[in-house]
Parts: sequence; structure tokens; C-alpha cells
Amino acid sequence: MEWEVVIGLETHTQLRTNTKIFSGASTTYGAEPNTQACEVSIALPGVLPVLNKEAVNCAIKFGLAVNAEIAPRSVFARKNYFYPDLPKGYQISQYELPIVGKGAMTIQVPAVGKNAAYEKVINITRAHLEEDAGKSVHGAVEGMSGIDLNRAGTPLLEIVTEPDMRSAAEAAAYAKKLHELVQWIGICDGNMQEGSFRCDVNVSVRPKGTEKLGTRREIKNLNSFKFMQQAIEYETRWQIETLEDGGTIQQATVLFNPDTGETRAMRSKEEANDYRYFPDPDLLPLAITEADKARVSAQMPELPEAMKLRFETQFGLTSYDAASLTASRELAQYFVEMIDAGADAKPAANWVMGAISAKLNAEEKTLAESPVNSVSLASLLKRIADNTISNNAAKQVFEAMWNGEGEVDAIIDAKGLKQVSDTGAIEAIIDEVLAANAAMVEEFKAGKEKAFNALVGQAMKASKGKANPAQVNDLLKKKLGA
Amino acid sequence: MINSSLKTLAQMLANKEISSVELTQTFLNRIDAYNPEINAYIALDHDRTLAQAKAADARIAAGSATPLTGIPIAQKDIFCAQGWKTTCGSKMLENFIAPYDAHVITQFDNAGAVNLGKTNMDEFAMGSSNETSYFGGVKNPWDFSRVPGGSSGGSAAAVAARLCAAATGTDTGGSIRQPASLCGFTGLKPTYGVVSRYGMIAFASSLDQAGPMAKSAEDCALMMNVMAGFDERDSTSLNRDKEDYTRELYNSNPNKPLQGLRVGLPKEFFAEGLDAGVAKVIEDAIAEYKKLGAEIVEISLPNTSLSIPVYYVLAPAEASSNLSRYDGVRYGHRASEYTDLMDMYCKSRAEGFGAEVKRRILIGTYVLSAGYYDAYYLKAQQIRRLIAQDFEEAFKKCDVIMGPAAPSTAFKAGEKVDDPVAMYLQDIYTISTNLAGLPGMSVPAGFATSADGKPLPVGLQIIGNYFDEARMLNVAHQYQQVTDWHAQAPTLDKPEGTA
Repeated sequence: MEWEVVIGLETHTQLRTNTKIFSGASTTYGAEPNTQACEVSIALPGVLPVLNKEAVNCAIKFGLAVNAEIAPRSVFARKNYFYPDLPKGYQISQYELPIVGKGAMTIQVPAVGKNAAYEKVINITRAHLEEDAGKSVHGAVEGMSGIDLNRAGTPLLEIVTEPDMRSAAEAAAYAKKLHELVQWIGICDGNMQEGSFRCDVNVSVRPKGTEKLGTRREIKNLNSFKFMQQAIEYETRWQIETLEDGGTIQQATVLFNPDTGETRAMRSKEEANDYRYFPDPDLLPLAITEADKARVSAQMPELPEAMKLRFETQFGLTSYDAASLTASRELAQYFVEMIDAGADAKPAANWVMGAISAKLNAEEKTLAESPVNSVSLASLLKRIADNTISNNAAKQVFEAMWNGEGEVDAIIDAKGLKQVSDTGAIEAIIDEVLAANAAMVEEFKAGKEKAFNALVGQAMKASKGKANPAQVNDLLKKKLGA
Repeated sequence: MINSSLKTLAQMLANKEISSVELTQTFLNRIDAYNPEINAYIALDHDRTLAQAKAADARIAAGSATPLTGIPIAQKDIFCAQGWKTTCGSKMLENFIAPYDAHVITQFDNAGAVNLGKTNMDEFAMGSSNETSYFGGVKNPWDFSRVPGGSSGGSAAAVAARLCAAATGTDTGGSIRQPASLCGFTGLKPTYGVVSRYGMIAFASSLDQAGPMAKSAEDCALMMNVMAGFDERDSTSLNRDKEDYTRELYNSNPNKPLQGLRVGLPKEFFAEGLDAGVAKVIEDAIAEYKKLGAEIVEISLPNTSLSIPVYYVLAPAEASSNLSRYDGVRYGHRASEYTDLMDMYCKSRAEGFGAEVKRRILIGTYVLSAGYYDAYYLKAQQIRRLIAQDFEEAFKKCDVIMGPAAPSTAFKAGEKVDDPVAMYLQDIYTISTNLAGLPGMSVPAGFATSADGKPLPVGLQIIGNYFDEARMLNVAHQYQQVTDWHAQAPTLDKPEGTA
């Protein structure tokens, strides 16, 4: 039987606010334990939550970015359960009425093997605001568990998709796209190691062609795209094998072990929770007006989809190139800066996606760490465009710039890479070459086209690579009467 | 002096007839003499209190006094006060010293008032007799064999026994008004949202409201001027302009000061369950109001009988969640021995909470559980809206509503402890205003004689429309100009230990 995997994601994104969602305590990562835990964070008797408007703005930004309905009235609810890192004994979240309703995102799924790359729309079910929990720290004191409440109350936006993904690759493509988007609109720093962006993945399988969803298992807290893909692939195989062996799937929460590459169910006790949600009487329903939306919308950067279309129409880029350049805001920004500095769009796109990307990948650097900035790269492209250097020479110049040898013109001078465009000088070289290679000239005249290229090569060699190749071509043709 | 109004005390302080230290010491001496018997205070710190009095004297001398500067006030132990043991009447918080001030405490500090101590209360404000307190019951100063009412029983006894100039209380279902009725003084529960709940230990967040407990309506008005006001740390605090709650007291027509006031009498408040002696006192009070110019209108609050069941779904639901933070992890009681985390939770909470608190946590957990939520919590919210609509309709026909504050006078200690439902019925006339968020007050209106021949105080309840506290205070004040029920104080058995 052929099987189909069905995947939906729930992603917890920590919002980039200075203070916590319901108090004035700082959200900075990495402070000494409990130094960012005010009386609200540790849930002293009598304290009350006050909603941080900046967290609301972040949620509105996300809603606008995925074309979602933004609820004019949403409600904070208490999710009740006991855990040492949950100081109030309940988490303030949103349940029946979330701030962001249905929306959608278009993802680009890369080519794998014989399968071509394609686009797909992933529907967003909802996104809601909630507070993060603290952390349990084991082993800091021998035989004891400690609680660090610095993280307690950090604002989260939990983004939930429909079960729209049909492969690990699609899930990873969605997660990457979402990761870029939340950074693009500035609501999340995207730092997966610090837990700023955490994915839970719901996986089920069903016989291909059937409608009814299989029983799902939820893989918790995946903090890298690589692990996500591995975990889904393992989980899918496990579910299919279990069903083919005549077993059944029990709904469960599972954890992925990166060392073994396997998923394993957590204690079933954790599943029995009844969270007893009810509206939090300490917080008023959250009202969002059209004016609020307009105000936030005015602060929004141009979104990747809009920018991609603009790159296609304004610069004549292909859809693929435009999508690649808008894969991250950093990259798009770099490209736009090059254009602003006078570079032509197509060569700029080629250099960014070619030489720059290759170097960054090879050296595992981010664009921000690139030794060649957008303006320097633009001046290099200008020197190609105005025939000061050839494309080949430009590669050498770029290499030197990357290695910190200086600015474009200085490197060209130092390496003597300036192209010779003086017709007289080139003619003299060609005359010499023709005289020295009479045999080749004869071959050409006998109809051997290849001999022409060989002659061009000889001329370039004689000029030590500095002659303008286009001019060499033209003059040679003229001299040979071709 | 102990019977003087806040206005008189302020004048005496201003005229240097007495210092705040002397005034405070007078009350501390009375506390030392009577509190061991009455048990109104559960935390006292004379040094701290006198230091505040000294500072108040300096402020008075510097000419920057407010109407409450130097006045000794008793604070219900539900308010966190920095450096003070703040227990909420529970073993769970027996050793909890608050590291911050509640908004109400800050407001009194800013006004220069003196904190006499923290008063006894039903555990987490759950009770109508003060008998659920971990620190023991409180005696009613009118009859030591009887309860003072609850949950603000300590504050009530302190005001009645003149162990303070005035006190604070909180009212979730009647916890200011019922004890005010049983102990014979004036108490006001303001409109929900008028006094910030920040730092006030939560019982049922959507119902809890702090208010003054004092010897007269005028004193309550002066207390309200300090307590009320917007606080951005409480999202349910209402952002309204600062009010002077005394503003209506002094400008009435001397002959018919309440001319044209429409007083609504809800027939449901005079039905079965009301003690005959209490009913008589209320009728006499209504007759007095007629003389003052009021016009009587019969009204109906048809859903009154549902207020108790609705309250005992909603309040426990909120309480079960509010009290989850007492888990023994960060502060409060932790069991001394346990095998694992779950065992620590269970033992700490089993040991730290009393029976009534546990009962309400269980009820609340039940009504919020999957499968029961719609039938209980959601249904109760719907009926809550109907109860508010009843009042909305009623206030189309009248300006204030009057009736009894409690169905009976003070009952004997132990009489209702084994019958929770009988205890819950103590709040039958007060709970609906909490559900609707309306202001209500209890005003001394006379005495009813108990079966054993004791005259016991009876309170008249006045319910107003939203934000109508100033008018209600005047309605009570005018009554207090022509009667002296509010000025009567119990004769205490022990000789006064005043300086």
C-alpha cells in the first residue's frame, strides 16, 4: 500500500520586546538565574498582569504578513496545570478567541533528486499570544532541582498551521520560510539555539487517496531544521511500519533524540491533562481597531512576496532569482543597496547569489559577516560595466577584496588588471599574432571556425589578459575579413 | 477620642490638641488590652506603627498634612504590606513577609496614615463568620459568644470595639457589608474597578473589591478619597477622574435633604429567610427615609435566588486557579517530608489549606473541568448577566435600592460551621451586587433582640448604580444626621487601658 504523511506545525516564537508580556521585567537572554524575575514573574500573592502593547503589535504584524484575519476582540485565558517552572500554576494564553485567525503563506520547496522545485500554499489556522514558562535547572546544586524564572513571562506567539504538509521537505521549507518571515518583520530574533523559535510537529499517516486523517503523534521542541526533517522522516517510517505490522497508533507526545535519530513517546501521564481553560478575569478582552492595524501596518517593512514581485517587474529578474533574493531580508537589503549604489540588477543578482553565497556557504558566515559589503561589490560591478576590467579579472579582484586587500580600484591598480581598450594597441598585438600564427590563419580561411577562437586566445595571452575581449574579437574579425 | 470622627481627629491633630503618636498609642493600648480576647489583629508591630505616627507628626508640623495624616488605620491581612507578615488568614502564608506594598497600602502611606496592624480574616477571604481563619475566630464586640461576620471579621471587630479609627476590608460576596451589619458600623463596597486590586491577595478576581469600614458614612467618604483611583498595575482598574467622595455630604436641603430620592425596595429582599427582628429594623429605617423626603418604589430583582448558586460556581472557579500559585515551590508552606514533586504539591497544599478553602478549590476545579464547563461555568456567566440586567431595569425606576444587608443578626460561634450552605446564605442580599459589579453599603439602622435577650446590631443595605458612591454616602450621611445608631458602641467587659 502507498502511504501519505500529513504534517501540521505549531511554532512558538519568542517576540522581540524589551520587557515581558505581563510585567516590566527584562527579557534579555542569558542573565544570572532569577535576576530578571520581578514580583509578577515569581507570582507573589496579590500581583496582577498588565498586557505589554508591544507584544500585541508584534502579533498584529504577523497577522498582516500572512494576510490573516486579526480579531477585533480576542480573549486571554488561563491554562491551568502544576509545574515548578510555571509560577502561577497557570499559563496566560489565548484559547477560544486568538488574536490572529486564518491566514496563509506560500512556501518554496526545493528540488530533490528528480523532483523539481515547486511552490505551495500553507494555511495558517491561528496565532495566539501567550507567556513562556521558566526553566528547571538540574544539577546546579547536588541532588536538587533549581528553578530559573528569568524566561517566565517572555512573550510568545504560537503559530499553528493546518495539516497541509505532505513531506518532511515541505515541513522544513515551511519552518524555514516562517523563520525568515518573523525575522523579516522584526518580531523575533530567530535564535534557535536560545529557544527563540521552537517547533512542535504533528505527524500522521494515511493510505494515499483516503481523506480520513490518521492518529497523530506530536514531536516536541525541535530546535533545528535538520533535526526536524530527520525526526519527521523517522516518525513517518515508524508509523507506517507499525500500521503495516498490524499495530495501531496511539495519540502521543514524542521527543526526538538527535544522537539516535529516533523519536520516543513521553510518559503517557502527561497526556491526561485537563487544562480547565477559562477567560482570565485579571485581563480585559483585547480590542484591536482598524486604526490600530493601520498604525502597525505603516511600520511594516515591504514584505517578501511584494518585494519579489517588484524585483521581477522593476528589474526584469526571473521568478526564481527574485525568490532567492527575497529569501531573507538581509539578502534582499544587500541587493537593494547594490542597486542604490549604481550596480545593474542582473549582474548584481548573479553576484549575490553566485560568488557571495558560495563564499558565505564555504566559510559558514552570515551575510552580516561578509568582508565585502554591498557598496564595494557594486563598485566592482561598475568596473566591469565600464570595461575597466574583464569578468575574469573581476573574479580575481573579488577574491582580493574578500581577503581584505583593499578597495576595488586600488586592487585593480596593484594587480595591473586594467583592461586595454586602446584600438591601436590591440591592433598592434593582433598584427603580431597573425604574423606569428600563419598556419592558424590558413586553417581559419579553409573554414575551420575553431581556429578563430584559438587566435583570440593567442591575442589575449599576448596582452597578458588585459585586452578587452570584445574588441579583440571585433578587430580580429575585421582583419581576417570574416 | 476613640469615638471621634476622622474629621474631628484630623482637626485635633491640626490644632496640636493631640499628636499622632499619642493617638496611635491610645489605640495600641486598647489593642493590647482587648485584642488577646477579641483576636481582631493577627500581626502587630508597635515600633513600626509608632515610627509611622512620628513621621506623621513631622508632616503635620511641616504643614503638608492630608485629611488622613496621622490617623491610625487597621489593614485587613489580605493586603501585602512591605515588611509585614501577610498571611491572608492561612497557614499557607503563615511565615510570608510581603516584599512589596499593595496599591491600597501605598495610598494610605502616601496620605500619611498610620498602619496599626493587620487584621484577622477568613482564610483567603472564604467565609462569613471569620471562623475559617487559621489564626482562630474573632469575637463580636457586642457579644463575645457570637461571630463578627466575615470575611473581614478582624477589621469589623476592630472598628466596633474602637481598636482603630477606621479599617480596610474587601468584599467578594458581602465580606465588608455583612460584618458591618453584624458589628454595627458603616461599610462600603465600591463599584468593581474603583479601588485597585494590586497587592490584594486574590480570591475571586472578577468579584473582589476593597473598601472602607468605619464609624460613619462621612468617615467612609474620607477613606474612599484615599483608596479610590486609577492604577495602571491593575488592568481592571478604571481610568476615571479623581473624585471627592465627600462632595455631596454638605450641601443638602436641611428640611427635606433627600427630597425626591427614589428608593427601590426589592420584594425578593423581604421574602422568606429574613429574620423578623431584622425586618422590623429595616422597615423603621425606611420610614425614617420617608421623613427625609424619599419616595418609596417597589421593585423586583427576579434572579436574586440564583445569585448564591451562580456565585458558588464562579467564585470557586476563579479561586481554584488563583490559589494554584501556593504550591510550596517558591514561598509559603512546604511539607517537611515528601517523596517526589507530586507528593510535595499534595502534602504542602493538604497541610497549608483549611477545609473551606479546599472545598472551594474542589468545587472550582470541578466546574472548570472538561465536560462540565458549559453546564456550570458558562451557564453561571450567562445568569450573572441576567442578574446585572435585573439591576439595570430596577435603576430605571429608582435611584438607590434598600434592604437588609444580612438575613440575621450575629450568630453564635460554631453555630453554622458544619453547615456550609446555611453559612453561604448569609450573603444572599449582598452577593448579587458583586456579581453585577455594583456598589453597596451597610449602615447601622438599629438593634434586634436575640433569643437569649441580647440587643444585636442590624445593618441597612444601600445599593447604588455604577459609580454612584458619592450619592450613596450622602444618602447614608443624611440618615446619620437624624439617627445615632451608627454612633453606638458596645460596652466592653474589661476596663479601658487608655493612656
